[in-house]
Amino acid sequence: MASKTESTFLNMVLALFLVALVASATLGYVYELTKEPIAKAKLEKKMSAIKKVVPAFDNIPSEKSQMYLLASEGNGDSLECYPARMGDKLVGTAIKTYSDLGFTKRIYIMVGFLPNGIIQNISVLEHAETPGLGDKMEKKKSPWSERFNGKNPANYKLKVTKDQGDVEAITAATISSRAYTDAVDRAYKAYMKSGTKK
Amino acid sequence: MSKLNIFTKGFFSENAVFVLLLGLCPTLGVTTSAVNGLGMGLATTFVLVMSNIVVALIKNLIPDKVRIPVFIVVIASFVTIVELTMQAFLPDLFDALGLFIPLIVVNCLILGRAEAFASKNNILDSILDGLGMGFGFAMALGILGAVRELLGGLAVFGYKLADADGMLVFVLAPGAFLALGYLIAIMNKMNKKTT
Repeated sequence: MASKTESTFLNMVLALFLVALVASATLGYVYELTKEPIAKAKLEKKMSAIKKVVPAFDNIPSEKSQMYLLASEGNGDSLECYPARMGDKLVGTAIKTYSDLGFTKRIYIMVGFLPNGIIQNISVLEHAETPGLGDKMEKKKSPWSERFNGKNPANYKLKVTKDQGDVEAITAATISSRAYTDAVDRAYKAYMKSGTKK
Repeated sequence: MSKLNIFTKGFFSENAVFVLLLGLCPTLGVTTSAVNGLGMGLATTFVLVMSNIVVALIKNLIPDKVRIPVFIVVIASFVTIVELTMQAFLPDLFDALGLFIPLIVVNCLILGRAEAFASKNNILDSILDGLGMGFGFAMALGILGAVRELLGGLAVFGYKLADADGMLVFVLAPGAFLALGYLIAIMNKMNKKTT
């Protein structure tokens, strides 16, 4: 350790400056390199979620010119809608909806509606519910969420049975079920109000 | 200290998790399954080896008084590289590890090795030390994740053994402490026998 440099004001500043310079240059390069794959991975994720919840389509619903926003009830954040078309015919609409009633933070799910308002399928995008309890809302954890498929909310009250609705909650996870149902309900109300016209 | 010793000490006699008890935040946070634990361990290993190399390279050029900030900048750069790369090519793993990737920066294991080992030894030894310590860390996280997955979800590496729920507590935070405590006890017993 004989060659250890003496700490003077000048060489300290210089050393920190050079290290920071090299580090930021490297990071800038890596950022440029990974920018496209990251955007692509995100888009693929969105597309696969859309594909899961609506019937087969041949357009690209996530394109800016195709998607539109819907206002949600009670001054909530607007919902992203992805219309799926086969040829010129609208076969379904995937709506990214949310609920703040969850156990921890906001949950996001993608709900697919047929043009007549019937729920085709639902997929969970993001949640932080308790593992083993609330996370049964995910398809791979439990078949619970399949009960919504093929239901028309016009005669299927989107509230858990505890709140006088028709949705039987997940055992020991009423709060998560309530949030999930609330998100579906939010999407349905917004869709019925204005989405069907588009 | 022989080269082999430098490499193997990270697994048993100086294992970061079981013996030194360093870097417990990611250890307890991400080990809900074996795959998550291993992924986190390997990401940490990469950062550890790279930062050890760079620190060993520049150790004589850096004035002593500013060495810690320099180490932090080096480590933070490699963590960001891992984060971006993982987000681009392994988005599923990135989703599972999420917040804990940026937190590798403050994993005291990495700064600890840079300060205690790489800044005093040559490059080859530093690489061996980084590999040993990193793989030891990954092994510990993998074991802890596997135990929690088995007891909490009755699954091994994502494959369900039985169609039933396990002991839920092991998937939740308290279970991480319990499982880690028992593993440390077993590890201590084993280390005592060998020495």
